Amino acid sequence: MRPGSLSAACAALLRRDLLLAWRRRGDIALPVLYALIVATLFPFALGPDPALLASVASGVVLVTVLLSMLLAFDALFRPDLEDGSLEQLMLAPQPLALMLGMKILAHWLSTALPLIIIAPVLASMLHLPGHANAVLVLALLVATPLLSLLGSVLVALTAGTRRSGMLLALMLLPLCVPVVIFAAGAVSAAQLSLPWIAPIAWLGAALALLLVLAPLACAAALRIAIDA
Amino acid sequence: MKWIPHWMHELSSPPTFYRFATVMRPWFLVLALVTTAIGLYGGLVMAPADYQQGDVFRIIYIHVPSAEMSLFVYGVMAVAGFIAVVWRIKLAESVAMQSAPVGAAFTFITLVTGSIWGEPTWGTWWTWDARLTSELVLLFLYLGVIGLFHAFEDRRQGARAASFLVLVGVINLPIVHYSVQWWNTLHQGTTVRLFGPSRIEADMLWPLLVMMLATKFYWAASLCGRVRTDLLSLESGKHWVRDLAQKEGH
Repeated sequence: MRPGSLSAACAALLRRDLLLAWRRRGDIALPVLYALIVATLFPFALGPDPALLASVASGVVLVTVLLSMLLAFDALFRPDLEDGSLEQLMLAPQPLALMLGMKILAHWLSTALPLIIIAPVLASMLHLPGHANAVLVLALLVATPLLSLLGSVLVALTAGTRRSGMLLALMLLPLCVPVVIFAAGAVSAAQLSLPWIAPIAWLGAALALLLVLAPLACAAALRIAIDA
Repeated sequence: MKWIPHWMHELSSPPTFYRFATVMRPWFLVLALVTTAIGLYGGLVMAPADYQQGDVFRIIYIHVPSAEMSLFVYGVMAVAGFIAVVWRIKLAESVAMQSAPVGAAFTFITLVTGSIWGEPTWGTWWTWDARLTSELVLLFLYLGVIGLFHAFEDRRQGARAASFLVLVGVINLPIVHYSVQWWNTLHQGTTVRLFGPSRIEADMLWPLLVMMLATKFYWAASLCGRVRTDLLSLESGKHWVRDLAQKEGH
């Protein structure tokens, strides 16, 4: 890899973001802890009946993961925006969309992956049966990159504003409704021993589409939001 | 851009549109009031009661035009938003952003009238039916657009960012429209059709069409007023606004 080439720039950015995430390991643990706490609250609120918990388990875990990711989205561009490295990235000769794609990948690895690892634990706490649990992990593996990509566009739009937390939720939740429907649909089909591959395939198709479009949209949104 | 007629270029300049909106607004308002009066009289008094639902069905004269407007206004926002994002035309930004509260209001009216109708007819205020849910999502989208617009300190930047969100949200439009055909749930299918014969009695149909026209006129009048105010505050430092203010003695 020649220094300054496209692949070298991608690797350097990925390495930098992952290293920064690793140096602030406590920040990675927070969304996981949040998910654990939210999932623990449900049995208290609904009562400890295993049959009831098993029927809502997949939905609870999905929504919990979604909310945890929503909390972590703020860290996608905020530190880089504050220390000015995001502007440098926008001025760099490499295509901004590709660079942002790398940032989204690093963010997914550092926030969504720990959540996917803990998700089967949360689901078994809520008495989700084993085979449905495997489908849940598969659904999360396809759905969380989708959410990351969707979220990155909206985070880029709010990058120039000061109070973006609740606003981001208001903007993201309508757009992620189909993701939740299909992911939950796959798990509940698996729970009923029905074929569950179709919703996963839909999610995969959407992921293939967004992998191409979302970084481009993210770059365009960032250029609008950090105009001045 | 030779294919765009000259008058369109002229109309997109704020002072020209200000004058245009000042002249047109009362006309739109009068037309809206007249068509509303005719449509409501036709719908509430002249149209026969439904053989199954009785008089309850008459709420469609509010519900259906509002529902249609909730999608129509979003479509207008998307077109104006596209122009605002690509060509950065000030008027397009203003039209897109000033349409949002009107569209949100129509969406809200649609949801409320739908609930009021659903209680006696379906026996429930709310159900997680595909069309109801996607209409609710549309309301959230409108609110997100309004929220994003107001989150920026620079209004033009906020307008462009929110216009971009409008474009991202366009994906919801076909979902709302076709939800009744894709998921066959509680909400009924399309009755009034642009192409081919409508599945509704002519006595019941014409007030509905008149009401659809009335909501369009109301929206046009409301938009003229809102954009006028918006342009005045956006361009408050410009000559034409100062001249205008002096002429009116402020």
